[in-house]
Amino acid sequence: MASEAPAAPPTRPPLEPGQVVDGYRLEERTHQGGMANLWRVVRAGADAPAEPLVMKVPRIKGGEDPASIVGFEVEQMILPALSGPHVPRFVAKGDFTGQPYIVMERIAGDSLKARFDVAPIPLDEVVTIGWKVATALHDLHRQHVIHLDVKPSNVMLRETGEAVLVDFGLSRHDRLPDLLEEEFELPMGTGPYMSPEQVQFVRNDPRSDLYALGVMLYHLATGARPFGAPTSVRGLRRRLWQDPAPPRALRAEIPPWLQEVILRCLEVQPARRHQSAAQLAFELQNPDQVVLTARADRTASSSRLAQLRRWFDAIGAEPASTGGATTQTARSPILLAALDVGGADPGLLEAVRDTVQRLLQTEPGARLACLAVMKTNLIGADDLLEADGSSRHVNLLVQLKHWAHPLMKALDLTGDQQSGRVTFHVLEASDAAGAIVDYARKNRVDHIVLGARSSGSLRRYLGSVSSQVAAESDCTVTVVRT
Amino acid sequence: MKIALITDLHANREAVEAVLGHAASRGAIRHAFLGDFVGYGADPGWVVDRVREFVSQGAAAVLGNHDQAVVQGPLPSMIPEARQVVEWTRAQLSGSQLDFLASLPMTAGGGDRLYVHANAYAPGEWGYVTGRMEAVRSLQATNARFTFCGHMHEPRLYHLTGTGKSGDFVPMAGTPIPLSMQRRWLVIPGSAGQPRDGNPAACYALFETDSATLTFHRVPYDVAAASAKIRSAGLPPRLADRLHHGE
Repeated sequence: MASEAPAAPPTRPPLEPGQVVDGYRLEERTHQGGMANLWRVVRAGADAPAEPLVMKVPRIKGGEDPASIVGFEVEQMILPALSGPHVPRFVAKGDFTGQPYIVMERIAGDSLKARFDVAPIPLDEVVTIGWKVATALHDLHRQHVIHLDVKPSNVMLRETGEAVLVDFGLSRHDRLPDLLEEEFELPMGTGPYMSPEQVQFVRNDPRSDLYALGVMLYHLATGARPFGAPTSVRGLRRRLWQDPAPPRALRAEIPPWLQEVILRCLEVQPARRHQSAAQLAFELQNPDQVVLTARADRTASSSRLAQLRRWFDAIGAEPASTGGATTQTARSPILLAALDVGGADPGLLEAVRDTVQRLLQTEPGARLACLAVMKTNLIGADDLLEADGSSRHVNLLVQLKHWAHPLMKALDLTGDQQSGRVTFHVLEASDAAGAIVDYARKNRVDHIVLGARSSGSLRRYLGSVSSQVAAESDCTVTVVRT
Repeated sequence: MKIALITDLHANREAVEAVLGHAASRGAIRHAFLGDFVGYGADPGWVVDRVREFVSQGAAAVLGNHDQAVVQGPLPSMIPEARQVVEWTRAQLSGSQLDFLASLPMTAGGGDRLYVHANAYAPGEWGYVTGRMEAVRSLQATNARFTFCGHMHEPRLYHLTGTGKSGDFVPMAGTPIPLSMQRRWLVIPGSAGQPRDGNPAACYALFETDSATLTFHRVPYDVAAASAKIRSAGLPPRLADRLHHGE
């Protein structure tokens, strides 16, 4: 009973403009790539909505081409499972028994590739691109998918500003079979952007995407790629022991904090990178909270001796495996403790601290942002307070740090290695709850902890901050009572 | 069309009721029973009647090794515990129930689907698909795009490409998996009546034929009741205990 092998796809006549495929009229071929062509299409029929769509059609190079077929199969499996503003909306697909294609939303806007052609670019734009892409990656990771081919041509910017990730042909969904697992004998990815663990065939670590983003940020900031564009496996493996020239050595105006962030993305060990894309986005949005380590001061690549040592370490080293996108992202949450340090009852502040400490103990990858809101009046009549504003700001920071100190001590977070896990923020706002909710949303906070009531002025003037935060937040909220 | 794939029911009425109820609530309109309706559990008659009723309405059902053993009677090679269960089960079943089991085919299906209890390469020898090697052997022995089998009690999904690349996957309950037309698939839904992967909840799978989408499910059921019946029937207590732990 010999089996009939599933189709080497039959050769088809090339697609032509005007042709209708499964109800979609091809208008213009907009891109010709190595693996696939893109066509601008519309739904055929008089009353069809004139929604801008694109059809992706795999290029079958003579008979059978496992690489493009399996990659296309993977994308057909994963794209329909994704949603939200950071991916193109899936519309339809056709399998290899007929004309294979994927129809999806056409993103108005450009890929990032154009910006790389003119790199180095202004640093504030580097940072903005960085947090937009990190935000998109976090959204993807939360949907159980690791992209594994993050590069300039696979990131688009919507007209509304959000980064959109495209091309899921090498991606891994941690709740679906990995069709690529057995397929290739060479590492899968794009040479300059591939993480060291991908070079070693690991396909289940979301931090691989942060490495690729680090390569992009390095390139945008300096105009050079950290590891060039190797094409051989030997060339790819070099990144396991060589470190790139520090960005500040190539462009002096790069601030130490940005070098810290970029070089952290490029760490060989995933455990030494940011532990989630949200944590990276957080640092890019809060530069004053980036803890500077030796990475920030580096002025040259490490010595030959150090590289030799790493080369020995890299031989035969097996990368540690993680639980995949969901597990890794879930174990690296951002906690926000919102504290009325000036007004709340000391017992309540202590209770909040105990709760936060328990959460941090169970989540070794978690970060804690301690936040106080400095109330400003809606009517700017409070001149005395205005004049006094900066000292009030400092005072609140001092109190926040004082509040966190026992916790940091108990969890041994005061050392250099660990101190970046706790950050301090003072916001100025007339509406404390609104400010907390906004801040949490913008920084992809997973869990807000705050006290139930406050004996201070906030409660008298604004009612219950905690109930408003609980009602309006997108994330988990714990309201602590004594 | 949604087909419920239910296998290794093992005379566990509570588990089967829970699975059938879950499948109905998810819109299953067809059923395929992949064998081993009896053995281990305390309700062989009820389970056989239920399967027979579905078959009379068009469901597919195939023979399992436990069903065959009960039809044939105990073999000299059986360990005492197995012999005890086979004898007890035979005594519970009526002539017509035994006739129904005896009439079951080794394979069923048609079109792009094959239903078989153990594997497609030697269905009557009851060899286990314990890994990719046996899965590939089974996939190569049939033209069906989708093979559904039981016998192994742990849920698994195997796949094979036209170029001979194979893969295996431990499914996550509740996640719909689109089964690409580019490869062929071997689906093991896992045991309804005697789960063995450490999770006591009953296993089954739903296959949506139009989109070729497969979803594995786990359904909690009244383990205590099923277990108590095994004890009061005088069957080996080990069979009652293992239901609690799903092993």
